[in-house]
Amino acid sequence: MSRIKFATDFDKSVLLNNFENRGWIQVGAEDDWNFYWAGVHNIRNVFSVDSGFRLQDDQVINHFPNHVELTRKDLMVKNIKRYRKDLEKEGNPLAEKDESGRFAHLDFIPQTFMLPADYNLFVEEFRKNPNTTWIMKPCGKARGIGIFLVNKLSQLKKWSRDGKGNSFTPPTAKETYVISKYIDNPLLIGGKKFDLRLYVLVTSFRPLKVYMYRLGFCRFCTVKYNASLNELDNMFVHLTNVSIQKQGDDYNAIHGGKWTVQNLRLFLESTRGKDVSDKLFDDINWLTVHSLKAVAGVISNDRHCFECYGYDIIIDDNLKPWLIEVNASPSLSATTSSDRIMKYRLISDVVNIVIPPGDIPDVRWNKVPDKENYGHFDLLYDEELANADQAGQDLRAKAGLPNPALRGGIREQRKGSQATWK
Amino acid sequence: MLRAFLVESILDSKMGSVEQQPDNLLVNVLQFLRSSTLFNDLLISAQEEAQKTSLRISELKKGVQNGLGSAGWDRKLRNAIYHFLQSQPKSMTNGILGSPEQLKEPLTYVRKAQLAWEKKILKSLNSMCTELTIPLARRRPEREQKDMMVRWTELGVDGPAFMRGSSGICRGIDLSQIRPVYAPKDFLEVVVSLQNPNCNSCGNVGSFDVPWGLIQVPMKVKTLNELRLQYSDMAITQCQTGVDDLSDIPAELFDNERTKLGRKVLSSKHAPISREFSKKGCPVSMRAELWSQILGVELDQVDHLYYEQLKAYVLQHDLLVDNLLYKDVKLTATNDDQYFVFEDFLYQVLLPFSRDTVVLKHFTQNSATPPKSYIRGKLGVEEFAVTYPPNGVIPFHGFAMYVAPMCYLYDDVVQLYFVFRKMYMHFFFRLHSVSSHPQGIVSLSLLFEHLLQAEEPELFYHLKQVGCQPLKIAFKWLMRAFSGFLASDQVLLLWDRVLAYDSLEILPVLAVAIFSFRKTNLMRVTTFNAAEAVLADLFTLQVLPLLQLALFSK
Repeated sequence: MSRIKFATDFDKSVLLNNFENRGWIQVGAEDDWNFYWAGVHNIRNVFSVDSGFRLQDDQVINHFPNHVELTRKDLMVKNIKRYRKDLEKEGNPLAEKDESGRFAHLDFIPQTFMLPADYNLFVEEFRKNPNTTWIMKPCGKARGIGIFLVNKLSQLKKWSRDGKGNSFTPPTAKETYVISKYIDNPLLIGGKKFDLRLYVLVTSFRPLKVYMYRLGFCRFCTVKYNASLNELDNMFVHLTNVSIQKQGDDYNAIHGGKWTVQNLRLFLESTRGKDVSDKLFDDINWLTVHSLKAVAGVISNDRHCFECYGYDIIIDDNLKPWLIEVNASPSLSATTSSDRIMKYRLISDVVNIVIPPGDIPDVRWNKVPDKENYGHFDLLYDEELANADQAGQDLRAKAGLPNPALRGGIREQRKGSQATWK
Repeated sequence: MLRAFLVESILDSKMGSVEQQPDNLLVNVLQFLRSSTLFNDLLISAQEEAQKTSLRISELKKGVQNGLGSAGWDRKLRNAIYHFLQSQPKSMTNGILGSPEQLKEPLTYVRKAQLAWEKKILKSLNSMCTELTIPLARRRPEREQKDMMVRWTELGVDGPAFMRGSSGICRGIDLSQIRPVYAPKDFLEVVVSLQNPNCNSCGNVGSFDVPWGLIQVPMKVKTLNELRLQYSDMAITQCQTGVDDLSDIPAELFDNERTKLGRKVLSSKHAPISREFSKKGCPVSMRAELWSQILGVELDQVDHLYYEQLKAYVLQHDLLVDNLLYKDVKLTATNDDQYFVFEDFLYQVLLPFSRDTVVLKHFTQNSATPPKSYIRGKLGVEEFAVTYPPNGVIPFHGFAMYVAPMCYLYDDVVQLYFVFRKMYMHFFFRLHSVSSHPQGIVSLSLLFEHLLQAEEPELFYHLKQVGCQPLKIAFKWLMRAFSGFLASDQVLLLWDRVLAYDSLEILPVLAVAIFSFRKTNLMRVTTFNAAEAVLADLFTLQVLPLLQLALFSK
């Protein structure tokens, strides 16, 4: 077997150590690589028509060409809204609504508007609930840059006056903002606010194949959470991004404010019971799968691609998870030593799933790795398997046997589909 | 009638073991019950039963008894008596009499060693005060009290002694100058230097009776066989929570039945049953409740008020120990990736704990004596002596870790507080006082050395030869009951067994198991630092398989 040639845009030790420990050889991005860990900025070049580049069967790369459909805040929201609307039109039970007109099962992103495009819609909504706080985020930026909180319309007007030097140019991605309802009842642990960073690996969108990483973590604010309005300016209270928290005085370099998901589960199960915490983690899986289904139709499902996303989720005090955003290029710099170990394993486990074991990359491979190659990933959803299951159930139904998935309505069906994730 | 009812319950719960001295004990128990609030509630309930119209006068006694029984009084009284007996030193329940001093510690040389140690601690505390020119205690001005009240749930940010000055300038005690009064290493020296003056076997070089280990005092500790019997419920043939309920094992095999049984146990609310059930480990979602039941912590209005009162004491006075506790949390839990989120909870438990005079009660069983301090200018005048700190416990480096794992169980600070207090007064105090008690740190250390010598003589000899006495590494594990050394879920599984078997002896067993488990690497080390490095990271260890290995594999 010839040795695998890899290229990477990152000079990160977790990547290089991983590849070198496998005996791979580093080559440039322009050379004949088999495995390319690219930055999002270079992915456009690789797939652009002008580059004249055609990927071979033995080449894989870590991004889908138009991943922005999921990873840019405004596009993700747009896609999820459309997904829900489509399901509703179909009369799909998943799109069922509750008394207050909210989606009963697909209400997993905070209410969001695009600015400036949806400004009028937003104002209408704002007037309905004038006492809510909203969070403004620029679409094209990450790591908490350019984020601010709004609880008065005047703040927004001021922003738009300051921003619009020239009102004739149409807004570019950099100038579009999304404004979302701020989750003002976050679950607090030890009195502190946190969000979840989960790693989700997608090896194919059609059929959808998703893996969830077990070693996700909670990111804690170093400052006590205080919902009062005079704290609105203290971004440390509200934002859990490590890059923001790092600037705070109380940042601790030993743990970096990171707490493992296992610890979260231990805490929730101990204090709130098993059923409740099981449900929370089921809901998180549910949300992940449907956020991906929402974009599955629009992503160009190139066989050479896989992608490891960083899902940012906030849990509110009713233990309902909210999807805040999805990152295409979750940070691979290690802030602490356990962070380094975790990220090293993450990359290692990703490689084991996307490349046939002991072989060179091959896009004709059916992308069904052996269970023992999952590492710390769990198979969350495999559309092929789920469909096979469904077919089995249809057969049962035809044969007059009771269908366990349909009994008890939608919740049961939900459970049925979750069972296939495992 | 009441007496008859109680006697029955007591005899039941003691299951006949009190035959020798039932009267003496009965009197004690009755006295205890009469003075408890439970007694009043019982009378009220009895009154209510008696007033029921359905009751016939001729069957008054029977009717009331039945009524009380079905209202759950049976169980309440049994629990109360059980917890009372648990809280008594064994010698007391056995009817052995002695001076209070002897009850605390029967061996004179051990008593002396503890006394000398206390003096040393106190001296170091006093010299810290002098050096930093801060008083042991001072009353907080009104403004400062208010400020602290506002910051109560976020003391981690600025600390207890912090004060916003009138000019807006912040002032606080320089924490870098505060250092822990003692660390496990210092205390190990005390334990190691303990000598029995009546025992003259040490010193003859070449004689066979020189102990291999560091502990030089002769004390009786259990053999592996005795421990096997004691922990027979943990045998490999018995399914255990923490091994057989992991997510990759089908729930039908064990978990489902276990959960069902657990629910039944919880609803019975009977401490001995909860304890028995926990011998095979507590399911995560039931642990908080099981521990509360085993320890007899059932919060009522009075407990909440009591905690509020302690909090008020904290606000009123600034004590030097607050800074010690604060510093300890900062040095341990704040830097711990498992516990840092609970930092503020720890202050809300530890600071009131230092003011809680109920803790003083445990000194009747503790070889230690609460330190005394004198009001300024009245040094040595007994009438002006006060216990310092009010609970009599001077924290050492790592003290906060006794609380930290329990933060995973109780979201409510008050519940957390009372469970911790019970745990401390029943178990943890033994881990940092010199005593000959079989549960004391000296016996546990000796048990560790004996077991390791018996089970892994080759390893023990090798480590001893390269100048690395195993106890030097294991002592801090024992002293902190492994908190902060294992993954949090594993510490809780370990403490399940401590509670269930009502014994700390599981700690040395685990320490031996860890040495055994890392034997191959330990046999290669030639320096103390290398050995320490082999045993530095225990976070990947699974406690139960290790314990089973150590107890039952040979």
